[in-house]
Amino acid sequence: MKRLSGMRDSLRQQPRPQIERIERRLFLKQGLSLGALALLSGCDVTDDDSVQRVLSGMSRWNDRVQSWLFDPDKLAPEFPESAITKPFPFNAYYDRDEIRTVDAASYKLEISGLVREKKPWTLPELYALPQVSQITRHICVEGWSAIGKWSGVRFSEFLQRIGADLTARYVGFKCADDYSTSIDMRTALHPQTQLTLRFADQILPPDYGFPMKLRMPTKLGFKNPKYIVAMFVTNDYPGGYWEDQGYNWFSGS
Amino acid sequence: MSLADTSYVRVHPLPVRVTHWVNALAILMMVLSGWRIYNASPLFGFRFPNDWTLGGWLGGALQWHFAAMWLLAGNGLIYVCYGVLSGHFRRKLLPVSPSAVLHEVGQALRGRLAHDDLTLYNAAQRAAYLAAIALGVLLILSGLVIWKPVQFQGLGMLMGNFEGARYVHFFAMAALVFFVVVHVVMVALVPRTFPSMFTGRIRVPSKGE
Repeated sequence: MKRLSGMRDSLRQQPRPQIERIERRLFLKQGLSLGALALLSGCDVTDDDSVQRVLSGMSRWNDRVQSWLFDPDKLAPEFPESAITKPFPFNAYYDRDEIRTVDAASYKLEISGLVREKKPWTLPELYALPQVSQITRHICVEGWSAIGKWSGVRFSEFLQRIGADLTARYVGFKCADDYSTSIDMRTALHPQTQLTLRFADQILPPDYGFPMKLRMPTKLGFKNPKYIVAMFVTNDYPGGYWEDQGYNWFSGS
Repeated sequence: MSLADTSYVRVHPLPVRVTHWVNALAILMMVLSGWRIYNASPLFGFRFPNDWTLGGWLGGALQWHFAAMWLLAGNGLIYVCYGVLSGHFRRKLLPVSPSAVLHEVGQALRGRLAHDDLTLYNAAQRAAYLAAIALGVLLILSGLVIWKPVQFQGLGMLMGNFEGARYVHFFAMAALVFFVVVHVVMVALVPRTFPSMFTGRIRVPSKGE
């Protein structure tokens, strides 16, 4: 004790600039090690179970906030033909050489869940329904965006046509490329949500999801499933390919 | 020399100290996860080293970013409300005259940083702290446009919509990181300001009377 206080006294007697140099050095050292700790532990921190629980909890909270922010009457901006991005980027969880080809002749869209008419739909039947078009911005979760033209059946009309329970919570999709996703009913009923059969006035090419995708300019790109082969209406949270790995479920724009 | 030679004055009220450190943590999480998100689709011809980022992958970084944003915005709101209502901003950050700011920045760059009275912010500090608050607001607004370009399209029109907001968000981040670097260097140059951000008081050197 005596020695300590003696040290303190002798420190105090040091000329001030020297103390300040020591303080400065200490501060820099502590600051740097704190920064290094934060940086080095970044990946491990995310993998920690309790941290992951908090992050998932916040993601569920963000689902609720986004649902509350979502205005069912607010339209995404539409653009002139001249604004269309060419070439439109290809994007999937696999490379271009693994694109699935769906056989048009044998194709049937399966319908299940809380729906009155569960009869599968063939492509000629879908092409015969009233068609609408939109030129909108597709925004990818990665940050890039591109403007394209999509045409098809207004999804709210299709849901009414098949007698879907419009008070149900979710519409889920299963795809020929083993992809899956699900959306909230309010977005499903949004006027710009479209069961897309054409891209740039041509039958939807394999790159962009032949024979059918769901186009929603009010959601991020990964929520817009391609190569759809089955859809279902449900009250049980269906999740999805990316959502199950941690992407935010609502992901609205 | 005796203890009486060292006196202390109160400089930082408790709400400022608490919100400062919460903000420092929130900014750290936002910037490091933001760099990972940037890397998924870079605006410019470079990426941030992944070792300097938070989240491990794009989905993890997005989770961090969209969780920490509540901490940043909530804490920022408390700070701004306190600053306005208590008169803290008016007393400490105003007035700020452009000529005085230029003069003092010039002095500082020539190594003649005059900061005798640590209870007062000089003009350069006032300008820097006001700029940091403004950058925080700009980051939140541009972030809202990137997060919800359809719902907040009115706000988006002010900054070039989704694509423009990405650039605004990036440059506001770069400016804020620059502020943090200068801020930390300044603290290192005047180290007795550092403990005052925890204790609220600062040691005033005796005037040799």
